[in-house]
Amino acid sequence: MPIKILMPALSPTMTEGNLAKWHKKEGDTIESGDLIAEIETDKATMEVEAVDEGVLGKILVAEGTAEVAVNTVIALLLEEGEDASALAGADTSGGAAPAVAPAAPAPAAAPAPAGAPAAPAPKPAAPASSGGRVFATPLARRIAAQEGIDIAAVQGSGPQGRIVKRDVEAAVKGGGAKAAPSAGPAAATAAAAPVAAAPMVTVDDPVFQNMPAFDAVPNSSMRKIIASRLTASARDIPHFNISADVAIDKLLKARKELNDRDGADYKISVNDFVIKAVAVALKRCPDVNAAYTEAAILNFKKADISIAVAIDGGLITPIIKDAGSLGLADISAKAKELAGKARDGKLQPEEFQGGTFTISNLGMFGVKSFNSIINPPQGGILSVGAGEQRPVVKDGALGVATMMSLTLAVDHRCIDGAAAAGFMKELKGILEDPISLLL
Amino acid sequence: MAETFFDVCVIGAGPGGYVTAIRAAQLGMKTAIIEKQHLGGICLNWGCIPTKALLRSAEIFHYMKHAGNYGLACDNLSFDIEKVIGRSRGVSKQLNSGVGHLLKKNKVTIIDGSGSLKGGGKVAVKDKEGKALPDVAAKHIIVATGARPRVLPGLEPDRKLVWTYFEALKPDIFPEKLLVIGSGAIGIELASFYHTLGADVTVVEVMKQIMPVEDAEISAIARKQMEKSGLKILTEAKVMKLDKRANAVTCTIEDKDGKTSHVTVDRVISAVGVQGNIENIGLENTKVKTDRGCIVADGYGNTDEPGVYAIGDVAGPPMLAHKAEHEGVICIEKIAGLPNVHSMEKTQIPGCTYCYPQVASVGLTEAKAKEQGYKVKVGRFPFLGNGKAIALGEPDGLIKTVFDEKTGQLLGAHMVGAEVTELIQGYVVAMGLETTEAELMQTVFPHPTLSEMMHESVLDAYGKVIHM
Repeated sequence: MPIKILMPALSPTMTEGNLAKWHKKEGDTIESGDLIAEIETDKATMEVEAVDEGVLGKILVAEGTAEVAVNTVIALLLEEGEDASALAGADTSGGAAPAVAPAAPAPAAAPAPAGAPAAPAPKPAAPASSGGRVFATPLARRIAAQEGIDIAAVQGSGPQGRIVKRDVEAAVKGGGAKAAPSAGPAAATAAAAPVAAAPMVTVDDPVFQNMPAFDAVPNSSMRKIIASRLTASARDIPHFNISADVAIDKLLKARKELNDRDGADYKISVNDFVIKAVAVALKRCPDVNAAYTEAAILNFKKADISIAVAIDGGLITPIIKDAGSLGLADISAKAKELAGKARDGKLQPEEFQGGTFTISNLGMFGVKSFNSIINPPQGGILSVGAGEQRPVVKDGALGVATMMSLTLAVDHRCIDGAAAAGFMKELKGILEDPISLLL
Repeated sequence: MAETFFDVCVIGAGPGGYVTAIRAAQLGMKTAIIEKQHLGGICLNWGCIPTKALLRSAEIFHYMKHAGNYGLACDNLSFDIEKVIGRSRGVSKQLNSGVGHLLKKNKVTIIDGSGSLKGGGKVAVKDKEGKALPDVAAKHIIVATGARPRVLPGLEPDRKLVWTYFEALKPDIFPEKLLVIGSGAIGIELASFYHTLGADVTVVEVMKQIMPVEDAEISAIARKQMEKSGLKILTEAKVMKLDKRANAVTCTIEDKDGKTSHVTVDRVISAVGVQGNIENIGLENTKVKTDRGCIVADGYGNTDEPGVYAIGDVAGPPMLAHKAEHEGVICIEKIAGLPNVHSMEKTQIPGCTYCYPQVASVGLTEAKAKEQGYKVKVGRFPFLGNGKAIALGEPDGLIKTVFDEKTGQLLGAHMVGAEVTELIQGYVVAMGLETTEAELMQTVFPHPTLSEMMHESVLDAYGKVIHM
């Protein structure tokens, strides 16, 4: 049986796209990973790589065809040992469920002109992940949207398996969407399509039987919240990272001078400088102090900085409100107070709910650099590594400087590359020349 | 009776019991139903149905009285109470035999007698004369024995001067002066019936408002309209004493400030609620628990005794026929192992009261919603703004909707006015399908109908009302 190559979904919301270009011709040998076609969506042009290997037997959707529904069969790949005769009568029905109509096969010999009618697009509500229509009540859909639950991954208990309010509420309580059983044979080859939430493994899964003995620590409610929020974030927010190395010798010097002053009743840490610098940089780059919502991008007028604090059984992110307007001593005192309260479990809800940007610092563990997952609905999170002496080249000469690596993760829906880079430039400038904060 | 072993035995053939028995039979279970008096139970014989027949007579009488409003003349108006009652009894009889037919059609074995649990999956049966019939054994026994009028000490119905709904539905005389204790659905409907036919009726309610379970705003509108028509209503008042004479009763009433007054009437109707029939059905032979006069059962009718279930009024409030029917179906479908059987969503059980004006509601009142912590959006639309209502000559009434501001969930709907008991189901369907305000706004309501007010009320909750 020839392998079906399906129109991939390049984003969770994509329902159709234009087949812009074929990079391979019928008869070409294809290796896994080869670039085979280009797909255009309203946002971008993306390249499609082969998942399987073989010989491109037949192109079913011609170059230049617009509005090709996701999961339409666009070509057939002959496996090793198959010849062209296998193409006769090959199944070209779409990759998934009833909502996606079978492709209208356009014979390769007579390429359809651009804009030729392709398969009708599936209903917009159909999530690209399963391809089928999701049956859910309006109220269930709305609550799922509000709680950041992937409705397609919720198991329905209503009439005909419809997803109803109680199912979504159970998913919210249970910390994330339960994966629904696979809808059918479908999209195995649609590798580019994001899959629904990974099936939740249960404690009594047979897979654990051949594994070492374990202690099963029941999930605390904090653990469930971490699981559900970060799963949703990692799945639904298009993250990208940019990083920069910052020379902090001047900062360390300024810190020492401040801390050594007579009568100093504070002890400012490097992280306190980072908090201040981030808040000031966000004020200067409000595009990065942002949250994405369905209707609008929110650009916050103040920078409330959430600080990731590790506590027993999890982590929490207390907030230093309007950190840009606070002095370093105040930031230092506030950070200590909040971290203490966090460890004692005494934070009030308003002290940990509602920051606009998060800083996570693992430098104290000697970590050089790392990536973080965005803390929704915030638009960005900064990962701070250890300050360490590194060889640097300056003005053509090798020297030694104390360097710190910063990695920024942002939500591409509201923050673009140039804006993120602009923020990093600003932040680097402040940290490398902290006296500029006085300006 | 040859066979005495069944898959399912239902005790009580009220609306809960007979519907459960029919559903059980449809699911292929060998089913018996034991009824000591009437198929169809109170609902069909002494409740919902005969009162609706009476109220229909009263309604037509009301329109005849107001015929002039419609350009018609109807002089020398009179009624024959015996014929009015006779029609009501006839309606019950017709439906009663209909239930018998349905049970037979579904091959349910009907046993005339009183059932009593013996434990061990057996039910003892006695016929009307008290003679023992063979025991019935069943894998699943469903108790659906219903409820009866509650009796308050000092106000015990003697069934002559002090009536329960039984006597009120089959009166010996037409009382010129009547006192009704209690303004729940039963009390207010009977008050409405006798008042409309011309009796001088006083209703005494201990709570702050009439129809205490209804939304306060709706209750107040209903009260105003009733008082305008001449019905006397005393709230936050208690009947302390009934002094019975040969053919009259003097009632001592205490108001909220402790002041007493007296009123002498021909008859008194005690409508102070109903209580479950848990006595003399052998519960003591089982592990079944009771609480405040009702059997303790979970959302699927399971009691503490395996194999014994309870549904309907005897399983607790709200004591409504449609709740009993639905509960029975859930119970039996769960027993049959059907997939996707869920316990009933009790906030989605509608309630209808057929007084004049009619009252209908489903879900949370505005006050209850707020009490439960919802931030609400409330919509209101008056009958006065509706073309059909004006054409009908029914300009009084209100449709009120309560939404959860956060999710747009329809939490409750409350109505007072003409035909609202037939309108409420639109909202019940909407709630059951979990629509939000958006779907209701997008729904096309036919013009000209009273139902347009349901649309406008939703629009009003979101500041988009048109005809106001």
